[in-house]
Amino acid sequence: MHKIESKNVNFYYGETQALHDITLSMKENTVTALIGPSGCGKSTYLRLLNRMNDLIDKTHLNGEIYIDGHNIYAKNTNVDDLRKNVGMVFQKPNPFPKSIYENVAYGLKVNGITDKKVIEERVITSIKQVALWEEVKDKLHKSAFELSGGQQQRLCIARALAIQPSILLMDEPTSALDPISTTKIEELIYELKNNYTIVIVTHNMQQAGRVSDNTAFFYMGELIEYDKTKNLFTNPKKERTQNYITGRFG
Amino acid sequence: MKKENRLAKVKRRNQSIAFGLFQLISYSIVALLFIILAFIVIKGFSVISWEFITEMPKEGMTQGGIYPAIIGTLCLVLGSMLFAFPVGVLAAIYMNEYVKDGWGKKIIKQMTNNLAGVPSIVFGLFGMALFVNKLEFGDSLLAGSLTLGLLVLPVVIRTTEESLKAVDDTFRHASLALGASKWQTTSRVVLPIAFPNILTGLILSIGRVSGETAPILFTVAAYFLPKLPTSIFDQAMALPYHLYVISTSGTNIEASRAMAYGTALILIIIVLVSNLLANALRKYFGKKVKMN
Repeated sequence: MHKIESKNVNFYYGETQALHDITLSMKENTVTALIGPSGCGKSTYLRLLNRMNDLIDKTHLNGEIYIDGHNIYAKNTNVDDLRKNVGMVFQKPNPFPKSIYENVAYGLKVNGITDKKVIEERVITSIKQVALWEEVKDKLHKSAFELSGGQQQRLCIARALAIQPSILLMDEPTSALDPISTTKIEELIYELKNNYTIVIVTHNMQQAGRVSDNTAFFYMGELIEYDKTKNLFTNPKKERTQNYITGRFG
Repeated sequence: MKKENRLAKVKRRNQSIAFGLFQLISYSIVALLFIILAFIVIKGFSVISWEFITEMPKEGMTQGGIYPAIIGTLCLVLGSMLFAFPVGVLAAIYMNEYVKDGWGKKIIKQMTNNLAGVPSIVFGLFGMALFVNKLEFGDSLLAGSLTLGLLVLPVVIRTTEESLKAVDDTFRHASLALGASKWQTTSRVVLPIAFPNILTGLILSIGRVSGETAPILFTVAAYFLPKLPTSIFDQAMALPYHLYVISTSGTNIEASRAMAYGTALILIIIVLVSNLLANALRKYFGKKVKMN
């Protein structure tokens, strides 16, 4: 069974159709990169997977998206539980104006975990998981804003991991970061793959090539091509894909 | 080359004229404020004494102090804030965080703005009709506080809304993406960030409430009442009304002239102190939000 399965997904912002008939499946513990020019629908698709698009007025969806076999757009879906299972990392690092510790503990607290020992344990594990521990262990109770952009982004990943999701969505997680921080995040993605199913939107084709197992190329709201990353970059089947990855447009 | 030089000269001259003008306007506003303050301080300072702020008025309000008016005003400020602050903040939260954009929201917004434009004497009449007569609170601190609370409600709502709007959506999204509910997001992320700014609304309302005369005229204010209120159903004196009384319809206006300036000075000091206090609180919470 596929971890994530989309069947004939059409999505509309008001009258404008942003996604056309997307059918796409992702296996557990793989990294899938979504690429394509700006406005192609890749971020929109990503935000469908944890229903963040619900926050935008006047949108609607046709089709079905299954996660672990459950239709997440079914009426009985608890959106909070869904988001607990499907973590998200945003384009710009967005830690809360709280301490480093509280940033990671927040997700645990809002999900009803009150045992301080459990919280502390999970906070530390998560920070270690993103290889941030050595850098912050002495200032856990300092403001997260004191960290550099790259550290903040890793903290945001730790925050997402703390509530133990099985899927991690990343919306251009390195586009606001310097090359060294970017490398660190990419290495992290590689590590996390063992335990999480990762979907990453990226503008950077080298990045898609480096971190992902599969790549989906979106263009004008359509899924043009979806294949193993190796195949898609070396031997694209569609001309549009070819043009995009060789830099002829986009 | 020469032409350009001349152009640069003209530009520089125009700029300095404009800047000079703006500077003049800004400083004259400050100067005006200082003149008013100085006027009141000079005229009122002579009567200020410990007795003045701790004693009852005597001799037809030409002697003694203004203690009951001070206490009355403080009670009204507290009472109206207890009403307006929670109601206003909750209304603003509802409008900014919960209601979707649409005609419903537009109507509420428009009504709030209209409410802010209603003359304060109308609030006074409304307060008298509803709280004093219909609900039978009588002339009382309760009726006065509620009336003043209604008056500043739009201020609280609007400043709270602005403070909430200023909170970046990325914080909301981060919280919701962690499986937090809307209320958890609002109460644990949005409100703490917005709180220092919301306090500004409180500051503005305190200033407004302590200075208003018309709304308390028919709802609470006593012409002369040489005792302190003991319950929320008691009448009370209040500084702005006391000021009005001793400057226009006192027993001996000439004799109480100095008292009037003293009262004005105390009123200004109360507003000033509450502003400073709220500012300090705001700074304190602002720091705490970041470090927390």
